Amino acid sequence: MNYTRVAITQAATLILDQLKAKYGDLIFHQSGGCCDGSSPMVFEEGEMYLDESDILLGQLDGINYYMNQDQFDYWKHTHLTVDVTEGRGASFSLEIPMGVRFIIRSRLLTPEENSELNN
Amino acid sequence: MDYKKPKFKEKYENFIGGKFVPPVGNEYFENNSPIDNTLIAKYPRSQKEDIDHAVIAANKAKEAWGNTSAAERAGLLNEVADIIEANLEEFALVETCDNGKPIRETLNADIPLSVDHWRYFASAIRAEESTMSELDIHTVSLNLKEPLGVIGQIIPWNFPLLMLSWKLPPALATGNCVILKSAEQTPSTATLLMEKIADVFPPGVVNILHGFGPEAGKPLASHSGIDKVAFTGETTTGQLIMQYASKNLNPVTMELGGKSPNIFFNSVMDADDAFLDKAIEGAVLFAFNQGEVCTCPSRLLVQEDIYDAFMARVIERTEAIIQDNPYDVNTMVGAQASNDQYEKILSYLKIGKEEGAKVLTGGAACHLDGDLANGFYIQPTILEGHNKMRVFQEEIFGPVVAVTKFKDEAEALEIANDTLYGLGAGVWSRDAHQLYQIPRAIKAGRVWVNCYHAYPAHAPFGGYKKSGFGRETHLMMMNHYRQTKNMLISYDKNKLGFF
Repeated sequence: MNYTRVAITQAATLILDQLKAKYGDLIFHQSGGCCDGSSPMVFEEGEMYLDESDILLGQLDGINYYMNQDQFDYWKHTHLTVDVTEGRGASFSLEIPMGVRFIIRSRLLTPEENSELNN
Repeated sequence: MDYKKPKFKEKYENFIGGKFVPPVGNEYFENNSPIDNTLIAKYPRSQKEDIDHAVIAANKAKEAWGNTSAAERAGLLNEVADIIEANLEEFALVETCDNGKPIRETLNADIPLSVDHWRYFASAIRAEESTMSELDIHTVSLNLKEPLGVIGQIIPWNFPLLMLSWKLPPALATGNCVILKSAEQTPSTATLLMEKIADVFPPGVVNILHGFGPEAGKPLASHSGIDKVAFTGETTTGQLIMQYASKNLNPVTMELGGKSPNIFFNSVMDADDAFLDKAIEGAVLFAFNQGEVCTCPSRLLVQEDIYDAFMARVIERTEAIIQDNPYDVNTMVGAQASNDQYEKILSYLKIGKEEGAKVLTGGAACHLDGDLANGFYIQPTILEGHNKMRVFQEEIFGPVVAVTKFKDEAEALEIANDTLYGLGAGVWSRDAHQLYQIPRAIKAGRVWVNCYHAYPAHAPFGGYKKSGFGRETHLMMMNHYRQTKNMLISYDKNKLGFF
């Protein structure tokens, strides 16, 4: 069985498709810290310097989803679903001018998912 | 009800080069109040061209402004302080409307503190002296502090006027021109301030722009015409801003939040007195400003032998919090600043429960009646669990505290330091040894000892670890906005003798 760490809702996919049409290739990066921390950010590919400390959690609608290793250590027992909500997030994430904000909905990995993904 | 929503114009403009100007693209965004989700006003949706204009205006002004005397600059900073103070109630009301925080907080904290930061830096720049050394009988080394030039500042929405007042005064006091982008959720008090102080500074010295991060924030942070960026926000944007700064070889300072531990040792319950009462309030301060504070004491660590008795008091005090209309002076907890924050907090309450955290109180949205039904309210919430849970590791930025117990000093420190961040911490004890040794061992830039959530000017504030770097609210911030000119002077008439 191939389990995943990340998923995306249909509503978020629709927003993402509009952004892809406008900007081309994109990435997700999971933020942490103050204010809009703990929210997923979407950027043009190449915008953000990534290296081996950025863990690739999976692909959503053809877009890589990254999280920093330090943060991943605390998050890896949970499954993340990218959703979208109305709102006015403050960051450089590309969906913000559309009046919507990507957010993460989380659940615990099942024992089966956990043993395949984290062992 | 003591206050109500203030009146606003239909739309506002950017302040560039000493006057209000519409955005080049003539586009505006609607800014709503989180209290009832009704429109406040329209604000400019600035783009790169607007930033370009501000950069030109600031660069034009920087030489003359950089050569003004400290006395002149200090005088203008004091003038701003006096203007804010004279209009305190108006600023407080607009801030409450824009951010959702209770009016008693803006009247007694946000606005008076803002006034004081302007006055503090006016004083600091007057009192300061440079250094010199006599290296030998003929040679003198003279250190002069010179402004960097043009500063870009990006501020958050949790304390809109106060964050502006942490950032603008030290940059202006040291002779820099500033381009500040307000947070898109809370552009109102920055605009009100510029209306009140439009004529105080020479044109181009202070420029305030509004707009979205990717459209206006990024062009500001990456602009080759600025000399430094100061940022408060989260880690991913922090990394991007540092990347942009690296292209321009510019310095940066940043404050990126935390997950601050608030530690209560058993001696706090040695007596049921005023100090215990203060300690219980100290634990409940997680709900201050709806938890939307970078140093929110969102991890509560309580020694196991007092855990049950202490938490019973903390829960009782939390449940006595009045959460109601933010315009009411009795309200203690108001609205979260935006719908996306509200949704984010609810998603954390869900995952916290799934991870096995026990809800000791709260744990859900707060539904208020009438117009407030459309606002964004969350019940003050206490979750009991362990430090590896995500609700213990991520800044929820809501009125939510995660509590756990510890058995001794070693375990308290292990839990306190088991975090990516290091911005704030609290230590509560009646033991004089603990009051020094525990704060020394905590990896955080500010440790409150037998107090919490005090932010006076002249106490430096800034982060360890992933919470950032730079020290604000203190005269050391002035050096983050300056470079040192070393003048090395020889008073020797004789040549070296090499050639």
